[in-house]
Amino acid sequence: MSATSARPSHAAQPSGSAFILKKALISAAVALVLFSLMIGVRTEAGPQGGLIYWTRFGDLAAMVGTVFGGSIIIELLRQWWGPVDKEHIVPKPVQAAMSFAGRWLAPALLVFAFLVPVIFYDQRYILDLSILVLTYVMLGWGLNVVVGLAGLLDLGYVAFYAVGAYSYALLATNFGLSFWVCLPLAGILAAFWGVLLGFPVLRLRGDYLAIVTLAFGEIIRLVIINWQSLTGGPNGVSGIPRPTLFGIPLDNSDDGLAARLGIDFSPTHRIVFLFYLILAMALLTNWVTIRLRRLPIGRAWEALREDEVACRALGINVTTTKLTAFATGAMFGGFAGAFFATRQGFISPESFTFQESALVLAIVVLGGMGSQLGVALAALTMIGGFELFRGFDQYRMLVFGIAMVLLMIWRPRGLIGHRAPTVFLERSQAISSDLVKEGHG
Amino acid sequence: MSGDPILTVDRLIMRFGGIVAVNELSFAAERRKITALIGPNGAGKTTVFNCITGFYRPSGGAIRLTDDDGRTMQLERLGDFRITKQAKVARTFQNIRLFPGMTALENLMVAQHNALMRASGLTFLGLIGAPSWRAAEERAIELARTWLDRVGLLSRADDAAGNLAYGDQRRLEIARAMCTEPVLLCLDEPAAGLNARESGGLNELLLSIRNDQGTSILLIEHDMSVVMEISDHVVVMDYGVKIAEGTPQAVRDDPKVIAAYLGADEEEAIAVMESGT
Repeated sequence: MSATSARPSHAAQPSGSAFILKKALISAAVALVLFSLMIGVRTEAGPQGGLIYWTRFGDLAAMVGTVFGGSIIIELLRQWWGPVDKEHIVPKPVQAAMSFAGRWLAPALLVFAFLVPVIFYDQRYILDLSILVLTYVMLGWGLNVVVGLAGLLDLGYVAFYAVGAYSYALLATNFGLSFWVCLPLAGILAAFWGVLLGFPVLRLRGDYLAIVTLAFGEIIRLVIINWQSLTGGPNGVSGIPRPTLFGIPLDNSDDGLAARLGIDFSPTHRIVFLFYLILAMALLTNWVTIRLRRLPIGRAWEALREDEVACRALGINVTTTKLTAFATGAMFGGFAGAFFATRQGFISPESFTFQESALVLAIVVLGGMGSQLGVALAALTMIGGFELFRGFDQYRMLVFGIAMVLLMIWRPRGLIGHRAPTVFLERSQAISSDLVKEGHG
Repeated sequence: MSGDPILTVDRLIMRFGGIVAVNELSFAAERRKITALIGPNGAGKTTVFNCITGFYRPSGGAIRLTDDDGRTMQLERLGDFRITKQAKVARTFQNIRLFPGMTALENLMVAQHNALMRASGLTFLGLIGAPSWRAAEERAIELARTWLDRVGLLSRADDAAGNLAYGDQRRLEIARAMCTEPVLLCLDEPAAGLNARESGGLNELLLSIRNDQGTSILLIEHDMSVVMEISDHVVVMDYGVKIAEGTPQAVRDDPKVIAAYLGADEEEAIAVMESGT
């Protein structure tokens, strides 16, 4: 935000080697203070139980030096490639190539997604990872309705994921209902809880809304932990039935799919089935969201994000508009939760911590709020990229964090920051992210 | 006052804590007429507007709207968005409140939310792409196109509202209010920040809205050239009470009005009054 607001006053933007050096020195000083205790002095319990310590000033110096150098590099990157003057860093041919890529990226990704089980049939790890990525794509698209379109900051999205998962798990294990009956029920129940959350927070905006939704997410988790008789508490629910292909189980029994088709049974069949199941569910989410954006309700969501007062002046019922946004987002979260439960076969409250909410929100923000393609790319980057960095071993988090920071410096409004109009007379032209509001509540 | 009032404000009181912003204000706005509400800064004009359009709930008094079918609605009981939805009162804002990240056309589509919501069968018909919804959407785009044309923004239809020039944004906001198909249009300082040529164009637009649409207009304005030229009736407020009303001519010559505008600076008051002629 500060980068965009500082843009008109180009001259005021501090630059020059003196500024960079000063900033690097300050960073190095902070690093010295921090690391002198964390790295410089190492303490350990000695053999007699007493505390022994030794110093590692060499490591400390290396660390401070890295911070000093890194600060200079980052500042240079910011000034050359930062958002301050992004115009002249991208040459014309690259721009043309990027717009070409932009047009074909979504269809190419879609085709690739359909082919994943064919290409990687023998690689169980990749298939499992793709299922995970698609689950987060779906969650991201669901949260995108609330955060990206309606501009309501929701930090407790995992609550609806949990409601969906537990709805399916409990309905299936207690009443023996099939996945296909439970799926809509899980969505409806999650939507119901979305409305329930929506009511008390209608008047809240911005930070206050975020705090209450955060609390709501925690409440749901704590209820699940403590309501032992229903949810099994911390032990979770196990033995959740696997999904069936409309009644045909995917196992090696006599009436299983493999036996009916007359082919050899392989556990990969079920993985492939799960893959296409979550792909279909995610695409349904995407399709509904794209349709909703072009309907009056979707436009009202976006208008709400832009200016709530103006919405009221146009006779839009802000209350129901907000509640439908919460309910729609929650419903998709519930669907994803039901899928999660059937995939895992076992769920426990540990799967529904704040970390999940934060991850999904990060996907939406990183993708560019409101952009469907951006959210999909972000989910791929966040979940897939995280796996990609596995080779870095204990530096995985560090590398991942640096990558995130750099990405946000480079694209403060997410991977795809601009907004596509929902209706046009002559030509559809993307709206710059500078104009699109982020929403206040 | 005689005739056929569309809006009757009856002993309206608005208190904020101990401050009485509007005190027992009564006036009426005639149907298919342009009524101007003027007064020095801090007179309580915008407060009256906010009461009429449901942004404030009045502390006392009544606001009655009688629509073209003769139905009377108590606006102070409707409140909030229902005033636009049911009583068909639309408003603009002193500081423009468009949806800057949406195109001009989208802004006008949002204004038709309630009609489109019905047509889309509360979204469900729209989701399956029912023909009746498609037809309704076409009509909505057509209405938006008409208004874009009338405010001279047809060529900017697909541009983001936030990218339009200031004067264009003012006109787009009026077009957006008109897309709610109101019976009463409330304009809060529509000429603020416009140059002479633009405010001339605004006069023509408002007159054509009154004459062609038959929409009654209530406006707050500081620009006397606008007030004097187009209003049929002027209500003057100061310190939350009405000090005069009548035709533009009568008001301009009213000693009480001159005194109110005199305030600290006599020259300024006379200049303000004279500028209308």
